[in-house]
Amino acid sequence: MTAMAEGSAPRSAVAHLAPDLPDRPGGAVRLREVAFPAQVELRLDDEDATAFGPRAGQFLCCGMPAPGHAAGAGDPYVLWLGPGWYLAVDRPGSAYGLLAGLRDALGADCGGMCGSAVDVSAARTVLELSGPSARAVLAHGCLLDLHPRTFGPGRCAQTVLAQAQVVLHQTGAADYRLLVRTSYADHLVRWLLDAMTEYV
Amino acid sequence: MLLIPCPWCGDRDEVEFHYGGQAHVAYPSDPDALDDAAWADYVFMRDNPKGWFRERWTHTAGCRRWFNVVRHTVTYEIAGSYRPGDVPPKVAS
Amino acid sequence: MTGSFRTASGGTRIDRSRTLTFTFDGTTYTAHPGDTLASALLAHGVRVVAQGPYTGRPRGVYSTGAEEPNAFVQVESGPGEPMVRATRLEVHDGLRASSLSGRGRLVDAPDTGRYDKVYAHCDVLVIGAGTAGRAAALAAVAAGARVIVADDRPGIGIEASGELTVLPRTTVTGHYDHGYFVAVERRTDHLGDAAPARTARRRLWHVRARRVVLATGALERPVLFPDNDRPGIMLAGAAAAYVRRYGVLPGRRAVVFGAHDGALQAALDLLDAGVEIACVTDVRASTGPLGDRLRERGVTVLEGRAVTGTESGPDGILTDARIGGDIVPCDLLAVSGGWNPDLHLFTQAGGRTRWSAEHAAFIPGAPPRVPIDVVGSARGIPGEAAEHLPEGADGLVFVDLHRDATLAGVRDALQAGMTSNEHVKRYTTIGTGADQGRTSGVPASGALARLLGRAPGEIGTTTQRPPVEPIPFAVLAGRDRGDLLAPARRTPMHGWHEEHGALFEDVGEWKRPRYYPRPGESMDDAVLRECRTARARVAALDASTLGKIDVQGPDAAAFLDRIYTGRISTLAPGRCRYGVMCGTDGMIFDDGVAARLAPGRFHLTTTSGNAARVLDWLEEWLQTEWPELRVRCTSVTDQWAVVALAGPRSRDVLTALAPGLDVAAFPFMATREAEVAGLPARVFRISYSGELAYEINVPSWHGLALWEAVMAAGEPHGIAPYGTETMHVLRAEKGYIVAGQDTDGTVTPHDAGLGWAVKAAGGWVGHRSLHRPDTARADRKRLVGLRPRDPAVVLAEGAQLVAEPPPAEITHPVPMLGHVTSSYRGTVGSFALALLKGGDEREGETLYAVDSGRADAVTVTSPVHYDREGARRDGDG
Repeated sequence: MTAMAEGSAPRSAVAHLAPDLPDRPGGAVRLREVAFPAQVELRLDDEDATAFGPRAGQFLCCGMPAPGHAAGAGDPYVLWLGPGWYLAVDRPGSAYGLLAGLRDALGADCGGMCGSAVDVSAARTVLELSGPSARAVLAHGCLLDLHPRTFGPGRCAQTVLAQAQVVLHQTGAADYRLLVRTSYADHLVRWLLDAMTEYV
Repeated sequence: MLLIPCPWCGDRDEVEFHYGGQAHVAYPSDPDALDDAAWADYVFMRDNPKGWFRERWTHTAGCRRWFNVVRHTVTYEIAGSYRPGDVPPKVAS
Repeated sequence: MTGSFRTASGGTRIDRSRTLTFTFDGTTYTAHPGDTLASALLAHGVRVVAQGPYTGRPRGVYSTGAEEPNAFVQVESGPGEPMVRATRLEVHDGLRASSLSGRGRLVDAPDTGRYDKVYAHCDVLVIGAGTAGRAAALAAVAAGARVIVADDRPGIGIEASGELTVLPRTTVTGHYDHGYFVAVERRTDHLGDAAPARTARRRLWHVRARRVVLATGALERPVLFPDNDRPGIMLAGAAAAYVRRYGVLPGRRAVVFGAHDGALQAALDLLDAGVEIACVTDVRASTGPLGDRLRERGVTVLEGRAVTGTESGPDGILTDARIGGDIVPCDLLAVSGGWNPDLHLFTQAGGRTRWSAEHAAFIPGAPPRVPIDVVGSARGIPGEAAEHLPEGADGLVFVDLHRDATLAGVRDALQAGMTSNEHVKRYTTIGTGADQGRTSGVPASGALARLLGRAPGEIGTTTQRPPVEPIPFAVLAGRDRGDLLAPARRTPMHGWHEEHGALFEDVGEWKRPRYYPRPGESMDDAVLRECRTARARVAALDASTLGKIDVQGPDAAAFLDRIYTGRISTLAPGRCRYGVMCGTDGMIFDDGVAARLAPGRFHLTTTSGNAARVLDWLEEWLQTEWPELRVRCTSVTDQWAVVALAGPRSRDVLTALAPGLDVAAFPFMATREAEVAGLPARVFRISYSGELAYEINVPSWHGLALWEAVMAAGEPHGIAPYGTETMHVLRAEKGYIVAGQDTDGTVTPHDAGLGWAVKAAGGWVGHRSLHRPDTARADRKRLVGLRPRDPAVVLAEGAQLVAEPPPAEITHPVPMLGHVTSSYRGTVGSFALALLKGGDEREGETLYAVDSGRADAVTVTSPVHYDREGARRDGDG
């Protein structure tokens, strides 16, 4: 019985919607899922952030992001979620090393950790929305001002989109990542597909 | 819809927040030492002024932090926000 | 009245090179692109476009824009729409409309049109794109600002570019707190059948602006006189505008009646357009230079005289104006009493207006406490106007044409003792219509001032509230309808449940399988079968929706001792404990299980619908009261998919799936990490059914694989999936509560029979409340069980409990003793849980459960209806 499920591939929360995603290069707006990235939520106590933040950043090779920002160009990257609260994201399958490295950086090796590091790889999935109309699509539900004067590549924010809590991360001039809880992913993707009606 | 200045995330729309009532109502250090009236006062009684009011909000959909806001209960003007433990902004009475 | 009223040339808004056809009240007419329904009907001499809602009197086009009180029509073509202003309805090929009498008809068919919303931000929002608005917009753009210009007209003489967004056909309907505006853009209505199907018909704009420029202009107001409602009577500025903009003569022979220079200027404009001016009459003693200019052109100008009545033919259409004893034949009576700045959006935000004699109008006074500039004629158009109120004349003097409300009504209001304009508004309905009293508000205030012998400034205007015009519900809903109305949270096994015929129920935002009927099964059949399977063999529940919170840090145990009613710090790693959370008032708000994974790490579960609230609660205490505690909370609800396995055979199934797990050494209320079905899993041995049970957690992306493996491994044991309904029956048979169903914010742990879960030493946040006199009362409602005397009856949840069957005729209040909180037909038959005054002291008593007119006899029992000894917890041996 065990053999049957062994090695069974993980299944994305929006796998059933994959055929509907507009992913044509050069389109006005593209949507694709980057499933199964390793994700670790990191919480640092205020007083220890100065000491342990740099250690964590060193391990991640990208430093820790400033408030409202992301750090890291490729994998891994780190998103600022709140004061002393970060989400480190890396390639699929790397959660174990990511977690262990961050726990070490937080001082787990010397007894008392100064915060927490929790594997949340399966808690959110990553959607990539890009193209010249991506910002316009987001404006149908996102209350944040995403104008280049107030937002832009390298910025990130937790907010609400289509009544779902998301982490919004702008990666390029017209490229956005949306990290959404897996249980909301089906709703958010269907909402995005509908929001794209006038643009695809 | 109010535009609420989160001390960490900046101005965000009201829908991202939850309201937490009057600020600076501390949990009593020794509840068992309080008589019934004093405990009931802590649990149930809150100010409801017409004018400036210090109140708590939490940025539920954002950084999840609790903070305080000085808001005018008639005009809904917000004089400012401040972190727990910080000094509230001054307002004309 | 026949023949074309279209001039040979001219009309700044129309395209004479093309002709459209439309239908009004069944007759087909032609129009030009750019025409409104009002201008097109006037061009064909159609004078009657509506009827007064109460008087039934015929009414005609009165204005050119949003202030229109009369010409509301029903659009019959396309998706259809009630109460559309003919003055703003753009004619397109195939338009069909019909007249109304003040009330539209909702369209029966579903509106399949697309509506959407956009959130926008700008430095400067300019409302109104007249000369002043355009200038303000261009100046702001030049200064580097991000600018949005909105105007409800189709053509705005300003081009979008770079940081300038231009929104024609857009009405700003509300000005809310902190620079928040709502606007409705009409995007395709004017295209008729040519509208692209994928384009949202209307768009609701939510604009957050740092600064607003109000360039909303001024609206003309009428002068009051008897029988002032006949078709052919129109605002003077509007009459001139129909000629200038649309090349339409609103009449061929006009009387112009005014109280200020604007009326005289309109007379000159009409004269220029080729309208014969029968006479101009002005209530002022002198008409000044404009009067002289009119006289120079041969126009009779009467000073200090007013129109005192009108005549009509049998069709009700204007034929003559009476000026004292003179009867002047005319088909147009153009009236003007002054110009009111349009300040709806100024006062909505808290701005005050003040009466200005120099403008003869209410102009901006104390501004609202937001960055706001009022420009152009919205500041007021200088020029004095005379006040005029007809005295004791015959005929009806309409103050509010839209509401059919008259001056006599105002007098009645005063007779009834009202002096405040707000009271008079409510008494007379003046200003309460869909036109928001744009043409009636100031005349009503003026009339009131005169009748009370006060100055207009003392009377003021009535409060204006959003929206400035009606917004269809479809626009407010936007795309938040149907499947997108609200998020439906899905577990990883959702597709499996659908494929296996599950019927779902909403639990918070979650979709949860309620039961899995087999062909021919009723809900009762299916639930009973699922219950029996769980009690006798093994059944599986998708419990992924449970809220889950990771709590860690050196102070985590101490923190949880302060939050839960019970003691958590004595829990050994690897063990679990049931926990109750209460507010500071001592009332239950959630319950769940706390598992200690390591000395400084806990995994908490919460009720499915309450996860966010519990996390907020923990954060609130940590951040605001005990920042010194080193504790971190992380939501892991979506990280873990959970399969609850319940029933005496569950151990066999788990053994098959997890050969490496020593199930014999896996005690009740313990947790283990294990490989289950080849997947990394955390297993909890906890039970919400009273049976031997496990909850298997795997990363959510393996949830479906785990579920399928469980169903396969369970097949030899007769496994069945079960839903929330069965879960409820099983837990209620054991007397386990659901926080929020069996509790309602007034139930203490002791009331719920959970006194055993409260630590005697106290030290948790609501402990002190359990010693208040009220919570210590002996007659509090407490959790009990009920058995209906008639086993065929399943009591209604919410049914009230009383001591005696209610008499046929109720003559005195019947004391309520409690109510039913949960009621099911389970493996023990029909049973219920209830909150009852006196609680277990009433065990054995007979009471009556009353609901919807029926009373059922019930026996009070223990809340535990099944396995009171707890023998099933370890299986059936």
